[in-house]
Amino acid sequence: MIYSLLVLSSPVSGHGSRTAAEFAQCVLARGHSIRRVFFLDAGTLASSGTSVFAQDESDPVHLWVALAEQHALELVICISSALKYGMLDQAEANRHGRPGPTINPVFAVAGLGQLVDACAHSDRLITFGG
Amino acid sequence: MAHSGKKTILLVLRHSPYGSSLAKASVDVALATAAFSQAIDLLFLGDGVLQLIPDQDSRALGMKNVGRQLASLPLYDINHVYVDAEAVMRYSVDLSQAPVDTRALDKEQIHRLMVGYDHLLGL
Repeated sequence: MIYSLLVLSSPVSGHGSRTAAEFAQCVLARGHSIRRVFFLDAGTLASSGTSVFAQDESDPVHLWVALAEQHALELVICISSALKYGMLDQAEANRHGRPGPTINPVFAVAGLGQLVDACAHSDRLITFGG
Repeated sequence: MAHSGKKTILLVLRHSPYGSSLAKASVDVALATAAFSQAIDLLFLGDGVLQLIPDQDSRALGMKNVGRQLASLPLYDINHVYVDAEAVMRYSVDLSQAPVDTRALDKEQIHRLMVGYDHLLGL
């Protein structure tokens, strides 16, 4: 079965982002595929390349990076949310005159069309948070 | 099990218009989905019915007017807008003056509505 995930929860408040990442791991372990994970609103903070977590806390951002690296999972952050939350790739940092990129490059910045595409081409769309 | 093509989507709007950024985000999702010619209907549920309050003025909050955005739904061919009748009663929302035409449904009707779509998108 083809899944897509919509993540609305911030990785630093509550457990929605972590639950989504663990759900993605389970989906893949069971042999299903994931077309895309789309991050919207506070969910876009999962792309942060600059967050620092205390040593005795787990790093929910790292979970997503590991998934992307191990499974070539497509991680897309909504551009309008991302800009407001300061989650910029190099191109957006240049475009808006900001000092530099703030996201981990395993994440792509794109429009809501990528969520629409995920809906159209997935059997299941699972929302986390909101 | 279809892997591609058009899917029917019910967007469930559950948040008050100005308590967070999710109400505006959900309207953006509705408009984007319709702009890509996908079939999308809307259901305002629980606190989400507050988005339908007539004559909203959000200027003092420095936020975009959600009511005005909702008024543009028919321009995007979003014509099926449903609303949680119980929440409308609870909040005394005057649907006759709402920014968009809606159809009020009770719990049983909402249940029957939800099972009829390929995707439920809840923001």
